[in-house]
Amino acid sequence: MSEITAKPETLLGLLHSLLVTVATVFCFTCVILLAAGAPPLDAFFHIFKGALGSWVKFAHVVQAWIPLTLCACGLLYTFRIGLWNIGIEGQMIMGAVFATAVLRMGLHGGHPGWVLAASFVAGIIGGGIWAVIAGFLKTRSGVNEIFAGLGLNFVAQGIILWLIFGPWKRPGVASMSGTETLPAELWLGTLPHLRLTPTGVAFAVAAVVVSAVMLRYTRIGLNLRAIGSNRNAAFLFGLKPDHHLLLAMLFAGGFAGLAGNMQVTGVYHRLIPAISSNYGYLALLVVMLANYNVWLAPAVAFFFACLNVGSIQLPMMLQLDSSLSGVIQGALVLATLALHGWRKRRSLRAPQRKPDG
Amino acid sequence: MVKKWVIPLLLVLVVTIGLLQCNPKEAPEAEKPFTFGMLLVGPYNDHGWSQAHYEGGKYVEAHVPNTKMIYIDKVNPADRAGVTIPQLVDDMVEKGASLIICNSDDMKDGTREAAKLHPNVHFIHVSGDDVLTGKATANLSNVMGRMEYGKMMAGFAAAMTSQTGKIGYLGPLINEETRRLAASCYLGAKYAWEHVRKKNPNDLKFQVTWIGFWFNIPGVTADPTQVAQNFFNTGYDVVVSGIDTTEAVVVATQKRNEGKTVWAIPYDYVGACEGANDVCLGVPYFNWGPSYVDFVKASRDGKWAAKWVWLNPDWNDINNHDTSAIGFVAGAALPATAKSALDTFIQELGSGKLELFKGPLNYQDGRAFLKAGEVADDKQVWYMSQLLEGMQGQSSAK
Repeated sequence: MSEITAKPETLLGLLHSLLVTVATVFCFTCVILLAAGAPPLDAFFHIFKGALGSWVKFAHVVQAWIPLTLCACGLLYTFRIGLWNIGIEGQMIMGAVFATAVLRMGLHGGHPGWVLAASFVAGIIGGGIWAVIAGFLKTRSGVNEIFAGLGLNFVAQGIILWLIFGPWKRPGVASMSGTETLPAELWLGTLPHLRLTPTGVAFAVAAVVVSAVMLRYTRIGLNLRAIGSNRNAAFLFGLKPDHHLLLAMLFAGGFAGLAGNMQVTGVYHRLIPAISSNYGYLALLVVMLANYNVWLAPAVAFFFACLNVGSIQLPMMLQLDSSLSGVIQGALVLATLALHGWRKRRSLRAPQRKPDG
Repeated sequence: MVKKWVIPLLLVLVVTIGLLQCNPKEAPEAEKPFTFGMLLVGPYNDHGWSQAHYEGGKYVEAHVPNTKMIYIDKVNPADRAGVTIPQLVDDMVEKGASLIICNSDDMKDGTREAAKLHPNVHFIHVSGDDVLTGKATANLSNVMGRMEYGKMMAGFAAAMTSQTGKIGYLGPLINEETRRLAASCYLGAKYAWEHVRKKNPNDLKFQVTWIGFWFNIPGVTADPTQVAQNFFNTGYDVVVSGIDTTEAVVVATQKRNEGKTVWAIPYDYVGACEGANDVCLGVPYFNWGPSYVDFVKASRDGKWAAKWVWLNPDWNDINNHDTSAIGFVAGAALPATAKSALDTFIQELGSGKLELFKGPLNYQDGRAFLKAGEVADDKQVWYMSQLLEGMQGQSSAK
């Protein structure tokens, strides 16, 4: 377990591993693009320009960055205590579901501001509950959190499909398209002419700062790390591993639920089956790529958001078959995992090397 | 420590975006082509709904000088997670699009939202009714072809060929559009069964099974391949497709190769029968090109008016690609007698001699849809609230 908790690294070390990762991904994608008969440099340029080419596009990137960063922040807690919270996807979905439930109840009540605020709380609660269920399964029944999480993801997906096709369907319609659009007063406000929600940005930035403080400067953060590093020793020191485990899950679920809410109120303005946009899974990669560093995570999340938004240019500008952008993202995932494995091996080998040096 | 480079990083970012904004000077106004954008819900080469639109766009490029299409396909949350219609519209507007075609029912809300935000850009929401309902802004129009006729022909061909009298309809999701299309197909089948083949009405079985979306989304919709297989395995020998993609003919071909006597009728795209000559009875298809030419010219020449149009086939020749909004190509597997009966049927539909949306017709629950002798008007057909009596399958969500 200890290898998935952050090791204090120098700035140079961090930069180095980040560069290696990006270079690997770059080469990987180049090969794939060449194999597909596409000019790689053009492709990268279009992705880059498609993500940062204008303020409008930058706003799109930020909109993707918000949920990604929120999820990444949540995952920092669970990784810190040594948990693989794969269930983050389902937690995000349940956050969206709970938020939508509140928004639907507040449809005719007036006070849209309060309804929105309540939906934030509901989102956090929804995600939190879903995470704590996985946590309980782990602490009480010894079910591995990966399996519990995956299972709960399926359940959450089932619930959202049932709601959209059943109780929350549009009148007379049976479609997986999603629920009726919310009235505009229940959308998160955006900046004029930009599709960017300041509230969302504020939440994401706050999440980063809060997580940084929590994980670095508070007793809880210290305890999480201690338990993550050595569960048995922590127990001997009088820490309650189960208690902290649930706490970490609660944080992760809460942040993920908030992200789910952002997807409903800030992006889609309705509930759709793919409401999580796979940001939960993507956030797992973000955190790994950021080497579990709370300040790096938002930067990596930004990079991933750029890719997500920019890659839409490939089919539009280069007439590349649009599934190719999916291949590139897949390559990214593979490269990240390969690098993660390599880094893990290196860190395991490192102590043996030390005596010689 | 790391925090120190947060500020410089942000600065670099801002400068980069700023620099990227300074594009080289655009070409002089006169040479600038009229750019129109197209958002396709499925792959541009799906041999179905989206390809028909894509080729409509190509038709515009070929027939209106100095026009250019930009398109993006697979615009749906399952294929492009996190991407929204307004976001794509923003991008197309930046690329100079003055008219944007959104080709799916699924894009209704997104299109409306985008149209509000870009009042100087013209929008076409295909298959929608925002203009009818008054929800559309002045820059948004709706277009649809009267596929009801195409579906009647499909149903007719199916019932003329079926040996078991059991016809399966592979339905997408349930809404007004899909209800009226399934009902039209049934009316065509019923007519062939009762009036041409003179068979007992009770021996015709018409089952509609909905998958939940316009195409297969694994884990979200019912799998159309399985639904089609189920039809064929339970005695249905013709499956009529109402979805965007070609599963019905693919499965029928497989069953044919296994020795079963089955047929299928795909939908949407003129070339959807390709490679399925053994089983394909024909395809009712959309021909969007001519109507898009009209819209593009109106938008370019400043003659835009928001309208809701429901386009007829050109009854002189429903397969004329320059004039007919919908058509029906008979497939190689359609028996010769059925083919000649179909030709007569089409002729009678065109001349108005035959009117299938004519009472007495009841809804599925027995309520009257049309009184005896009453002919449905456009709105009655467009807003049918249920399937018709005699059809099996869900009329709306439970």
